[in-house]
Amino acid sequence: MITLTDTQTIDIPVQSGDEDRYHLKLGPQHPATHGVLRVDLDLDGETILTCDPKVGYLHRGFEKLAEHRTYAQNIVLTDRLDYIAAMSNNVGYCEAVERLLAIEVPERAKMLRVMVCEMSRISSHLLWLATHALDIGAMTVFLYCFREREVLLELFAELCGARLTTTYTRLGGVRQDVTRSIMKKLDKFVEDFPACIEEYETLIDTNRIWLKRTIGVGQVSAEKALDLCLTGASLRGSGVDYDIRKHMPYSGYEKFEFDVPTGETGDTYARYRCRMEELRQSNFILRQCIEMMPPGPILGKDAPDLIMPIKPANKLEVDVPAKNALITLIEDRDVFMEGDIYVATEVPKGELGFYFISDGMGRPYRMHIRSPSFIHIGALSTMGQGVMIADLIAIIGTLDVVLGECDR
Amino acid sequence: MGKMNNNLVQIADGIKFIPGASAIVAPLNKLINWGRAGSIWPATFGLACCAIEMMVAGSSTNDLDRFGIIFRASPRQADCLILAGTITKKMAPVVRRVFDQMPEPRYVLAMGSCACTGGVFDTYAVVQGADEFLPVDVYIPGCPPRPEALLEGLIKLQEKIMQEQGRWSNLV
Repeated sequence: MITLTDTQTIDIPVQSGDEDRYHLKLGPQHPATHGVLRVDLDLDGETILTCDPKVGYLHRGFEKLAEHRTYAQNIVLTDRLDYIAAMSNNVGYCEAVERLLAIEVPERAKMLRVMVCEMSRISSHLLWLATHALDIGAMTVFLYCFREREVLLELFAELCGARLTTTYTRLGGVRQDVTRSIMKKLDKFVEDFPACIEEYETLIDTNRIWLKRTIGVGQVSAEKALDLCLTGASLRGSGVDYDIRKHMPYSGYEKFEFDVPTGETGDTYARYRCRMEELRQSNFILRQCIEMMPPGPILGKDAPDLIMPIKPANKLEVDVPAKNALITLIEDRDVFMEGDIYVATEVPKGELGFYFISDGMGRPYRMHIRSPSFIHIGALSTMGQGVMIADLIAIIGTLDVVLGECDR
Repeated sequence: MGKMNNNLVQIADGIKFIPGASAIVAPLNKLINWGRAGSIWPATFGLACCAIEMMVAGSSTNDLDRFGIIFRASPRQADCLILAGTITKKMAPVVRRVFDQMPEPRYVLAMGSCACTGGVFDTYAVVQGADEFLPVDVYIPGCPPRPEALLEGLIKLQEKIMQEQGRWSNLV
């Protein structure tokens, strides 16, 4: 054991070859890091020796903010988590709160939730494909993907008034019913979309550059992927059949027929193929939604009604019972259940979990978000070891990270 | 002379094109402003949600290229910084450095509620508006603003550039 006094110094042994190491800080301002991710790299030539992702550049204090707002107000915050697929976050949050407060959701609302979830899955995967291809060097795919994505975003705008930050779900249902015009447009989209997927595949599926940049890059075995806690398509690319929609169905996913595509090799190309298949499956689910949409109410009868207080409550006063909070829940539901709950949903990036601790107030005592992007960035230090810098960009792309969700 | 003036085609405020002569007549300050307004090159710098709408604005549907707006990957080649998203206290020094790396003349657009005022994120981690540490030229409200709103903001910036006098140099 070494004890040091004030005057003593310690010589750190220099390994041979250390003088050739090059330290590179990739990001936070870098067009290929998908936002504000910073990766500290130790390089030997162009080969990465150690890869150290640094997060927190988009830390906005979601979890703390949520403790100061009522359950209904927090839906707005979940939009800004994974802003590429806000609908999935809304649904994930509401599923968790509804299970905590034992609120029933009517069938039509469930189906609408599945519909918007799959729409946002498609739009998220399209954005992933666009940026991933752009990072690797295929510019054209970007333009094609944004063409279809725009259709979905405009549908969201027609449905709830916003393209990205939707706040579509409510506790116990959804905000707006679909109109005939939306269903007609969606029907046309579902009809046309398989041809569009084929179009993207024509562009890159057998492109020699694409194959060279993706096959064998960022390879993880199934065991390794499970050890790294990868979820979503990043895990399924390694051959693990894990999809929460299939294995722990929520919001009526058990009624739908769909496959869970898995890859074999676990490299970037396998994950790319998985997501392309998921696009087809999501499109298939959308088709079933259009055909099976049941009639009925969109808000459950025990859904909490929201009223605005006549006089704005003091903002700093948060430790008041629910009935006195800024937006309060009426009925006799002002005493909530105490306890904790963890509910996971399958969002386009992977498993999004909400963990609540409730102390009976109208706001969560603690809200923890298990965001897939944060876990995936954690895997970057393992996956990025020993590869070239250009391959690291491909790996960041294939993990499909979004920093808003990662840093929260 | 009067007859000749009638033939001039006004292509922007004070800038006249002589048909057939392939020449432009204009005061130097207006000509320089016109050139700057027609070639705004923003740095590719996405911070949060608004960056996605910024990408949409640059894609085929809205096509920023027709305004002469081309995204540059390096701030050293850019003259406009679009602050697309929430600026956290950890990110603010980086944003400032990116701004400092840009050559003059340079302009700043605050896109979205977060960059304008902090938006919904009134927390310990978020800078309450980019104007706390940067000279913002145009504020674009919205959460996030539609791509059309960004276009409107950029057109407002062009109008602002056209009216500039003595901001970046004594010449213009």
